[in-house]
Amino acid sequence: MIVVAILIPFIAAMFIPLLHKYFPKIHVGWFALTIPVLLFVGFISYAPALANGEIQSYTIHWIPSYGINFTAILDGLSMIFVLLISGIGSLVILYSIYYLSEKESLRHFYIYLLLFMGSMLGVVLSDNMMVLYVFWELTSISSFLLIAFWYHRKKSRYGAQKSLLITVSGGISMLVGFLMLFSMTGTFSIRETIASVDLIVGQPLFIPAMVLILLGAFTKSAQFPFHIWLPDAMEAPTPVSAYLHSATMVKAGIYLVARFTPIFAMGEAWFWIITIIGLMTLFWGSFTAIRQTDLKALLAYSTISQLGLVMSLLGMGSIALQLGYRTEMVLYSQATFAALFHLVNHSTFKGALFMVVGIVDLQVGTRDIRRLGGLMSILPITFTIALIGSFSMAGLPPFNGFLSKEMFFAAVLQIGSLDLFSWDAIGVVFPVVAWTASVFTFVYCMIIVFKTFLGQYKGEKVQKQDIEPPVGMLIAPSVLGLLVIGIFLFPNVIGTYLLKPAMVNIYPGLADQLADHYTISAWHGFKPELWMTIGVIGIGILVYKLLKHWKGVYRLFPDQWSLDALYNHTLTHLENSSEKLTRSYMTGYLRGYLMYIYIFFIAVVGGVALFSGAISFDLSTDADIGVYEWIFVCIMLVAGIAILFAKSRLTAVLLNSVLGFSIAFFFVLFRAPDLALTQTIIETVTTALFLLCFYFLPEWKKEHITPMSKMLQIGISIATGLIFILIGLSVKSGRLFDSISNYFENAFELAGGNNIVNAILGDFRAFDTMLEVVVLFIAGIGVYALIKFKGEKRQDYEDQ
Amino acid sequence: METLIIILAGVLVAVATYLILSKHILRIILGTAILSHAVHLLLMTMGGLKRGSTPILAENKVAYTDALPQALILTAIVISFAVTAFILVLAYRLYRKTGSDNLDALRGMDDE
Repeated sequence: MIVVAILIPFIAAMFIPLLHKYFPKIHVGWFALTIPVLLFVGFISYAPALANGEIQSYTIHWIPSYGINFTAILDGLSMIFVLLISGIGSLVILYSIYYLSEKESLRHFYIYLLLFMGSMLGVVLSDNMMVLYVFWELTSISSFLLIAFWYHRKKSRYGAQKSLLITVSGGISMLVGFLMLFSMTGTFSIRETIASVDLIVGQPLFIPAMVLILLGAFTKSAQFPFHIWLPDAMEAPTPVSAYLHSATMVKAGIYLVARFTPIFAMGEAWFWIITIIGLMTLFWGSFTAIRQTDLKALLAYSTISQLGLVMSLLGMGSIALQLGYRTEMVLYSQATFAALFHLVNHSTFKGALFMVVGIVDLQVGTRDIRRLGGLMSILPITFTIALIGSFSMAGLPPFNGFLSKEMFFAAVLQIGSLDLFSWDAIGVVFPVVAWTASVFTFVYCMIIVFKTFLGQYKGEKVQKQDIEPPVGMLIAPSVLGLLVIGIFLFPNVIGTYLLKPAMVNIYPGLADQLADHYTISAWHGFKPELWMTIGVIGIGILVYKLLKHWKGVYRLFPDQWSLDALYNHTLTHLENSSEKLTRSYMTGYLRGYLMYIYIFFIAVVGGVALFSGAISFDLSTDADIGVYEWIFVCIMLVAGIAILFAKSRLTAVLLNSVLGFSIAFFFVLFRAPDLALTQTIIETVTTALFLLCFYFLPEWKKEHITPMSKMLQIGISIATGLIFILIGLSVKSGRLFDSISNYFENAFELAGGNNIVNAILGDFRAFDTMLEVVVLFIAGIGVYALIKFKGEKRQDYEDQ
Repeated sequence: METLIIILAGVLVAVATYLILSKHILRIILGTAILSHAVHLLLMTMGGLKRGSTPILAENKVAYTDALPQALILTAIVISFAVTAFILVLAYRLYRKTGSDNLDALRGMDDE
């Protein structure tokens, strides 16, 4: 069932175009809606079994020889995510049915969306790292397609490219991290890796693998400084933003961190990296959100900061594993519990808020805060949902955000008082940063509510008729809004059925110790965290009131110093410099390329031969030199060098044939009659050919090259010749074993011929001869074709 | 003897390299021809020189010269001839089409 669940969306995506074609009257979204609803119902039926600690798993063999198998495991941690994916997926598809008009390319939209849903299910259900990676990249690709859904817009294409580049580079580094883990443990299965965690800790590859896997998680979850793709991804249609960039895909990194906590949390670096990056993201996201004027961009930055919050909580919770099994451990692991709880909460209220912004966008025609205002009386239901979502995000009762924010403060205080640090003061940083970020969060939540729905109605700046949208569009955000309140009222339903089983996955082997400690209560009395929340509200209202006076702060950071500018600059710079580099050596001059080849030959062959001491020769075994040899050697040397100084091409070609005929004489002297014969004939024909071409070719001109280039040419030539000589001499002196030619002296017995050379050519090694004949044949055809073929003919064919 | 021939072949390689690195097509073709001469000499030398009689079986011979390099060279001679002939005709076509045999002038030609 579980593996089937992953495959269902992929199969359904294939049928979407057919359904679209054969039922043109029905909005194709209704067909797509059945899939996540089915999945949601299916998954929820496993929840009671999971609460009792039963885990569903199923394996399909994919590439067993590499240990890559399609293993799907449904445990507590996966359960949270699959319910989010299928549940919010259903609501988003329902919303999109009303949001997207029939004019849009609906087929593509739902195919991409189902593709994404399937891959996301694959990510959270896969136990095998390689399969997880495959689905991980599929989510990147489908997200890319969805962001660029309106591909005729330049901004959409830019945002899609940016998100793809950042998430895929993170994905690749994650893959390398997985491979490092594999080299340490020998298994791709996450569960088996957790079981053999003692093998890994302290190995040299432990930290690199951890950093690389975290890179993957941080890029996907838009952590600082990789958060820059998320605001640009807001060019996607609003349902996509609600689904991918608030509830599911950006949580994939969170899932990865939670899943790998039992493996890496033994090292202290894990705690520090994740907590610090998370807090930085939390602070920076909430701070930047306030300056946005576009509602979706504001929500994007708020998503970034909330993800940072969850990430930092996961980091803090991991300290519990490091401290070992003590009673305090329960206290520290509360942070992880808060993280999971906030993850669920964030998905509910952020999805609702995105849908609200989509409704405002459709009904009013703009998302610009400066043009909006006073929509409360016009869109009352939408306003109510926005209010619920924003106040929950700000952490106010009676909404679920309040609960997780309280738990967050509690965890931060707990960690702050931990004596892990070289001096106590540093522990204070955690609560201070968290509290400040919460103030900023409160401020931008107020902006969403008050600037959009309250204040003056600016009728002259907006174009559309302002009325409530159709009921169908309001269903999904209303359901999410009700969930926000429902979770506040009955938090322990989620706590018992979803979060506790997941805690067991993050802290393996501690199920019995931890079980009773995690209850969520709205009221724990006047604890410090409550005072912190009251402080947030008080200071937050003050800051919001004074917003006009301190907005100038944002102008202190000029745009050219932002991370976006850095990204753009890097991209253009990379392209330009690689183009420059390529142009610098790809000159188009054949001569230059030949020089590279020769220089490489000289450097590599000569260098290796010299450094390995291969150059050594003794001349004692040489045969003696007769008078004829001396004569012909002198002739060839003179002829060879004279070619370089030839004034006319006739001289050059004749000198070349002198060389050829001298070699034929050498063949005679070296007792090779067949060779001498062949060489004589071939040399004659070649010379004739050269002379024949003269009639058509231009005169032998003097070369005009710069002295510098000429020196280089001479240098390369002499070096090549020298290396040739040295290697030839070394090879000649270093005979390792005797020749095999004695065997060929049985030519008469074996092949029935007296001429050994001919027996080799025609019998022992006849394949060479056959193919050499083919070479001649091809060359003949080529020559014939080149002479006969008139390139101008082709135009006539085109005319016909 | 072998040393002398190898040095000779080395000089030929240097000459051929110089010609191959020039700008005019005819020089380059000559360079490749000379390069193959040098390689044939080297092959011949590697089998050892003057170590026995002609490799044709007869009654009163004791040792034969190594026949294998000879067979290899024979193949190589024919192949290099085929290539040289082809390049020559190619150069002829090129000159007919472009009116130049200077490689620098032929840079960046788009094939139609």
